[in-house]
Amino acid sequence: MSTANSRFGVPHEGGVPHSDDGVPDPGEMGGIPRVGPGPAPRPPLTHALRDALLAALVAAGLFIPLVGLRTDVGPGGGGLMIRTRWGDVAILVGIVFAARLLLNLWSNFRPAPAPRSAQRTALMGRVGTAVAPALLALAIALPFLPGTTRYGLDLGILVLTYVMLGWGLNIVVGLAGLLDLGYVAFYAVGAYSYALLSTTFDLSFWICLPLAGILAAFWGVLLGFPVLRLRGDYLAIVTLAFGEIIRVVLLNWVSLTGGPNGISGIPRPTFFGLSFSAGGGPGSFADFFGLEPSPTHRVVFLYYLILGLALLTNWVTLRLRRQPLGRAWEALREDEIACRALGINVTNTKLSAFAIGAMFGGFAGAFFATRQAFISPESFTFIESAIILAIVVLGGLGSQLGVAIAALVMIGGFEAFRDLEEYRMLVFGGAMVAIMVWRPRGLVSSRTPSVSLGARKAISAELVGQGR
Amino acid sequence: MSPMLRMEGVTAAYGAVEALKGVSVHVNAGEIVTLIGANGAGKSTLLMTIFGAPRARQGRITFEGRDITSLPMHEIARAGIAQSPEGRRIFPRMTVRENLLMGAQALGVDPAPGLEQAFTLFPRLKEREAQRGGTLSGGEQQMLAIARALMSKPRLLLLDEPSLGLAPLVVRQIFSAIRRLNAETGLTVLLVEQNANQALRLAHRGYVLVTGRITLEGTGAALLARPEVRDAYLGTH
Repeated sequence: MSTANSRFGVPHEGGVPHSDDGVPDPGEMGGIPRVGPGPAPRPPLTHALRDALLAALVAAGLFIPLVGLRTDVGPGGGGLMIRTRWGDVAILVGIVFAARLLLNLWSNFRPAPAPRSAQRTALMGRVGTAVAPALLALAIALPFLPGTTRYGLDLGILVLTYVMLGWGLNIVVGLAGLLDLGYVAFYAVGAYSYALLSTTFDLSFWICLPLAGILAAFWGVLLGFPVLRLRGDYLAIVTLAFGEIIRVVLLNWVSLTGGPNGISGIPRPTFFGLSFSAGGGPGSFADFFGLEPSPTHRVVFLYYLILGLALLTNWVTLRLRRQPLGRAWEALREDEIACRALGINVTNTKLSAFAIGAMFGGFAGAFFATRQAFISPESFTFIESAIILAIVVLGGLGSQLGVAIAALVMIGGFEAFRDLEEYRMLVFGGAMVAIMVWRPRGLVSSRTPSVSLGARKAISAELVGQGR
Repeated sequence: MSPMLRMEGVTAAYGAVEALKGVSVHVNAGEIVTLIGANGAGKSTLLMTIFGAPRARQGRITFEGRDITSLPMHEIARAGIAQSPEGRRIFPRMTVRENLLMGAQALGVDPAPGLEQAFTLFPRLKEREAQRGGTLSGGEQQMLAIARALMSKPRLLLLDEPSLGLAPLVVRQIFSAIRRLNAETGLTVLLVEQNANQALRLAHRGYVLVTGRITLEGTGAALLARPEVRDAYLGTH
């Protein structure tokens, strides 16, 4: 045996390092009391005080320039005047100090956190399988639930649009691992494709919808080609630029897109040729079914339309995950070099992920255009891409259920806090920090195998190594 | 008989840094050939150049008489060459079974016989079939990497440092599996190793690579007996 190897003198190779198949953690077996991860035998109070003081110091450093100094226009409009607000700074620093102290004391005296056992993972899995059907049932029943208002339905449509966008982006980012910061570009391509096709050629929604998807997929491939060699941050920057290019082109190509004025008078969708006109009349939906004409019909129809589109996205994604193509996407996310070594055509795999993800973005864009009847480049700014990406990341990369919940919480929660006005951004930021602290890999971070023998087991992401 | 794989005067570089300086190597069908050398000698580069990353700047690589020098990577795999890359590079979040299926699917090979072979060769993998690749021990991951490469039914297997970071006992297990594969199925193997002693014992023939050039070649036993090999790579002095 050479010297190089005797260094790695691990005598035992077969041990199961993790409680993957119900084998308890070694710490649980030996009857050894588990030591909590908190600070060990220092005097707790002094340590907590010192730590809180340090936090207060950092807070003071931040708040003195941010809050303490304020510039106002001087009297008579001449020059700037500095106004100081030391009282506010003192209150803020005091809050930070007290909160940090309480947090320290609490973490010293709380019981040591229980280890994450296989049982708990299994329980989470069971809860997960119950949540998805419950959410689906709620989504289907929503328009008929008593107490659902027009506003509630509109919000439902908005949430479902983002669920669909999240699921579409999940193919690119969650499955194939290609960080795309310009997803809104495909949303815009879909919306403008629908708007232009329907207003110029007078085509119906149902013909324009697939065309919008195909055009968006085409742009997805077009973006894919130049960025094939890029990964991670570099890919993110280029896709970000792509999103902006599309928006700027839409803004400046006035003869085609109307520039900043946008496109208005986009035809509404019809139900097998029956229109949803508010006044009823022959050939309308209400007339055909003998209903009282009501503007709610159209909203309910739009709601089911986006629900159907979103479920189509979900179904296609779930199907593809079990096909070789979906498995190749996931393998690509895990290790591109290994994929090449196994003879996987990385080019085609990446392009297909971009194309299919973009196609669903295009569908969602067409829906957006027909719902709003008016689109302009303002709707397709970078913040939209950021929100969709945040939904995917917070939900858990690759998890369909997580993305749906994250969209519900982000978009629904954003609306729920509307009364707080600009402070809702604060709530929003706080929620994101909380998720990143307690669930750093997203709400649903486990991955279900795409092939399995017998019972499926979801395995917590904490038990497996990071992709790279 | 013409060799299965032939590299003639191959030069490869990363940017301006030349890693291979006109290397000529051949592997006959049914042989185990090993390539030994120190860190940074260009061993892994040589293996990767066969697979087209980096591309050979000069020279020619032929496999079974066909020029593969500038073939796209996935086409090289399709030609009948499989690779177990350096550092194993299994898919950590995918199960053992999914990892193995990935080996077969790109080439459209029926996975059933490959799975059977993998589980016979490494029964440990059968036990771990539904487990995530990332939860396996280092030795198990190496077994998985080899088994995954074999799923495409290659005629030539390129192995990059299968002993890296493994316990001696496991290294022996893996080397004996390679020997069995070669003897029972006639699989041709090109093995890159730092563990010169064991690699030369296993191989029919060997090459010594020093800073991008082949300095010695011969049968495994002959190389083992060479004093310069003993000095440089076996640490017996």
